[in-house]
Amino acid sequence: MANTASSPTPAAVDVRGWGWRHASRLRPALEGIDLRIEPGERVLLLGPSGAGKSTLLHAMAGVHGGDDEGEAVGELLVDGAEPARVRGRSGLVLQDPDSQVILARVGDDVAFGCENLGVPRDEIWRRVRESLDEVGLDVAIDHPSSALSGGQKQRLALAGALAMRPGLLLLDEPTANLDPDGVREVRAAVERVLDRHGSTLVVVEHRVEVWADLVDRVVVLGLDGRLMADGPPDVVLSRQRAALLAAGVWVPGGLGPTAPRRRVAVDEPTEPLLTANGLAVGRRPRDIVQRGLDVELPRGTSTVLTGPNGAGKSTLALTLGGLLRPLDGRVEASASLSAGLRGDPIGWRSRDLLTRIGTVFQEPEHQFVTSSVRAELEVAPRALRLGDRETAARVEDLLARLRLDRIALANPFTLSGGEKRRLSVAAVLAARPSVLVLDEPTFGQDRITWLELTALLRELVDEGLTLLSVTHDAAYIAALGDRGIRLEPTNTRAFA
Amino acid sequence: MSAVASGAVDAPRLRFIDRVNPVTKLAAAMLLTAPLLLTVDWVSAATALVIELVLFMAAGVRPRMLVRRAWPILIAAPIAGISMLLYGRPSGEEYWSFWLARITDGSIELAIAVTVRVLAVGLPAVLLFMRVDPTELADGLAQVWRLPSRFVLGALAGARLVGLFIEDWHAMALSRRARGIGDTGVVRRFATMAFALLVLAIRRGSKLATAMEARGFGSDRPRTWARASTIGWSDWVLIAIAFAIAVAAIGAAIAAGTFHPVWS
Repeated sequence: MANTASSPTPAAVDVRGWGWRHASRLRPALEGIDLRIEPGERVLLLGPSGAGKSTLLHAMAGVHGGDDEGEAVGELLVDGAEPARVRGRSGLVLQDPDSQVILARVGDDVAFGCENLGVPRDEIWRRVRESLDEVGLDVAIDHPSSALSGGQKQRLALAGALAMRPGLLLLDEPTANLDPDGVREVRAAVERVLDRHGSTLVVVEHRVEVWADLVDRVVVLGLDGRLMADGPPDVVLSRQRAALLAAGVWVPGGLGPTAPRRRVAVDEPTEPLLTANGLAVGRRPRDIVQRGLDVELPRGTSTVLTGPNGAGKSTLALTLGGLLRPLDGRVEASASLSAGLRGDPIGWRSRDLLTRIGTVFQEPEHQFVTSSVRAELEVAPRALRLGDRETAARVEDLLARLRLDRIALANPFTLSGGEKRRLSVAAVLAARPSVLVLDEPTFGQDRITWLELTALLRELVDEGLTLLSVTHDAAYIAALGDRGIRLEPTNTRAFA
Repeated sequence: MSAVASGAVDAPRLRFIDRVNPVTKLAAAMLLTAPLLLTVDWVSAATALVIELVLFMAAGVRPRMLVRRAWPILIAAPIAGISMLLYGRPSGEEYWSFWLARITDGSIELAIAVTVRVLAVGLPAVLLFMRVDPTELADGLAQVWRLPSRFVLGALAGARLVGLFIEDWHAMALSRRARGIGDTGVVRRFATMAFALLVLAIRRGSKLATAMEARGFGSDRPRTWARASTIGWSDWVLIAIAFAIAVAAIGAAIAAGTFHPVWS
């Protein structure tokens, strides 16, 4: 480790009998945690969702608010001091790339932490250039931060943390929302930084393989809010394998024989339910992201739509789903799909679209319209005027099938990430559409939700559902990529 | 966010005005327009408008640029004028009338005064703020005007989220159609979208607050500034010009005997 003159000293973390209870909960989220992290150690923090990993990480960053957010017991010290009193000793990177960009220009955003720490101006700009260089973000200092990709935004956040010269790097699922290229970029940037400065690292992540060979220690939190395991990566990952798998953690090679497999046998091509010729797509009339596309969705087949960020995958999916108007060309439905309706899907009424093409959005919260899980599932049957008996039958079936029955009365907005995803799929399945369009269905999902979703989708496709999924997920493609469409970014932006 | 930011970047460069701190432009616009709102007469507004146009031309504003940037003002001014022409307080000779609408000597004069006034107040505001960047304005508010930095920077960072909210709103509108409830019930649909947007806004806002706090925002330590926001002689010149225009406009109206304060 080249500890250059400008490198900050690596920080130590001491956690003694520490616990945390959220203000709105009776039971503590974390209890009796004892942990000593030596300067320069690299720790991967694992555990099932809801085990309090982020809570512990945020406490190390000193961003756990006052008494109104919850109460802490025991002691948690960074370099022997309360974390909030030594701001700048730690740098935190969060999961969501969009919500942690602070200022409109790249350089200003990196400078923000230094300004708050009272660093002199000349020194700030020296650090800004150094940090951008370290994370490999090769854009102008006045480049608009909103124009960065997800992976670049996460590296920007890392640069903003580095500019404070922290001895402790805290990463809270920094790659969960990124495509494979973004994951590689961020991981490479973190590795370069650690090699240069030898900083202490604590990273929370449920995809173990991203970080497994970079860390030298794995700490596992259990659902009871206590430490479950602590030790070298290979030892912990092999001894705790079963428990980790059961907790939804993505252990390398952990998909197992139960994961569904894509259809490899060469079937006779079936009749296409949706056909597009010479299609141009875009969110706004002057903003064409792809043109000249010829696409078919054959009945009873699962098609995966892949390609880098910004290639227009979601836009194409929403256009095929009859939600966005084609900017050129047509999306035509076969006679069996339109079943008596005239015109193309974009001209159909909302209610007529429901039984023909269902669309699950990337962000589940964008499609929730009621205040309970059960009501959410009833939306489609009610819109179809199915009657109480049929509605109840469909709702009960989906509640049981997607393990939503125990939270049937909960508000959709309060669910966990996995529950939200299952509900958003179930709510669309309630209409029994002939074609199902899914936008990034497995993004950020734990292993258990992943297995349930892919198994259900495989079964529905084998029973005759026509599926189109936008995805980056290699395991998902192996399970459901009967056919593939790959989009490459084009420069055909707008003829103004 | 991008609408504001890119608007500022695309805007044409101007001589002199670009060298002035955004907060000075704010002060100059207020100094210039406040007196014009005290009186309703055509002489003061026309005097101010003529001087403004000459000065903006000197700064590099061209007629095409004026139309492209200030078209809402150019449309609003005659609309305000026409309504005054038809419905303004009647006096003097009447030329035409239909039901409530009456065109008289008095209403013609009022129409001209209002049209010119909207232009005299609106054009400098648009042209001065054409190239103002939100970050620079925030820097000026905090460093030159010494407004609390916590408040100014919080508002600046929060305003960036508006672009995300617009995307949320579009996606939610599409999802309503996908869920079979896009045909009827506009009010109810709007309500569910507004609620969801509120939830998302609070969630994104608290994440942003956490990210800012983790970077030392809101601590008691004295803050430094990466970008210096200063004022110099050009700022004082702009203030002097704004003051001079205001004085000239009111003076001309008094000399011409048309000064007509709104309170009389």
